Amino acid sequence: MKITVKLFASFRDNRFKIAEQERSEGTDCRKIMLDLGLTEEEMGIVLINSRHVSLDQVLQDGDTLAMFPLVGGG
Amino acid sequence: MDRVLAYLMERMKDGLLPWTVQNSAASTFGLSHAQIEALALQHHLPPARYQRNRTMISLAEQSLLFQSHVAVVGCGGLGGYVIEELARLGVGRISAIDPDIFEEHNLNRQLLATPDTLGKPKVAAALARVNQINPAVTLSPIQEAFCSSNGRELFAGATVVVDALDSIATRLDLVKICTEMKIPLVYGAIGGWFGQVATQLPGDTTVQDIYRNWVAGKGIEKELGNPSFTPAVVASLQVAEVCKLILGKGELLRKRKLCIDLLDMEIHEITF
Repeated sequence: MKITVKLFASFRDNRFKIAEQERSEGTDCRKIMLDLGLTEEEMGIVLINSRHVSLDQVLQDGDTLAMFPLVGGG
Repeated sequence: MDRVLAYLMERMKDGLLPWTVQNSAASTFGLSHAQIEALALQHHLPPARYQRNRTMISLAEQSLLFQSHVAVVGCGGLGGYVIEELARLGVGRISAIDPDIFEEHNLNRQLLATPDTLGKPKVAAALARVNQINPAVTLSPIQEAFCSSNGRELFAGATVVVDALDSIATRLDLVKICTEMKIPLVYGAIGGWFGQVATQLPGDTTVQDIYRNWVAGKGIEKELGNPSFTPAVVASLQVAEVCKLILGKGELLRKRKLCIDLLDMEIHEITF
């Protein structure tokens, strides 16, 4: 299946803003995160097609996954 | 008070009340600047310092701002700018809450940090600054760390609470207290080139949803730090929300969050 991955803020460093990926059926958001070298500790918001999801959410063909890092400073 | 009012009215200039008159009235009658400003606003005498607010903020609205009480939790990067802008806006009462003293690493971005304030409480610097820029504003310096057990006392009578904290755990406690006390909260967070802002009304769960994947520790700010401009941008957006909450106008950032990226100059809106 084909999915689109969008990264935001510091997740873009040495990666990309947007990329299409070919993935096997049943791939979840956590797998994509780990393949990008990202960790659960730095994960802020995860959206599939603009809807909030958990990292366990399995992707479907044509989905757009968006990942935002955790921001907490003041 | 009739004598004070007559004193002010006699000295109006082009329909405005000059600061020098507010100041001399305070010393002549032994009243505080806050008392003079309250009297002026009650009797529709526009203080000259707010003249450039006049078409966007009416005199009645200026009076509403003066009667409001905003609690600012954290007086660092965000808090310093938030307090500055609230005082210039004419918010009558500000509670500045922060347990810390200024350290040298604050100088790159915290408005109230100067070589002279190093080693001094942040809330003392906030008081000195507000007295310098708008003595009619009453700032309560509270050198304490906000926590679940003192929140009710700290926010009693507050119109709005501003989140200028640097800890996600404390922020989640803050949201809980504001929900319980039914006080609107304006959330802000920064890290490096990036920031986010949202407004949470009692009953909403936006901030809890923002951190739904949070496990422990800090965000990207731990690695990236914070420069001079990101806190200024986010704090200004927060104060605009405070102003709208008090005046009941405009469209609040409710159930949506702005993600601000100053590196790629993009603003994304996420709905909840």
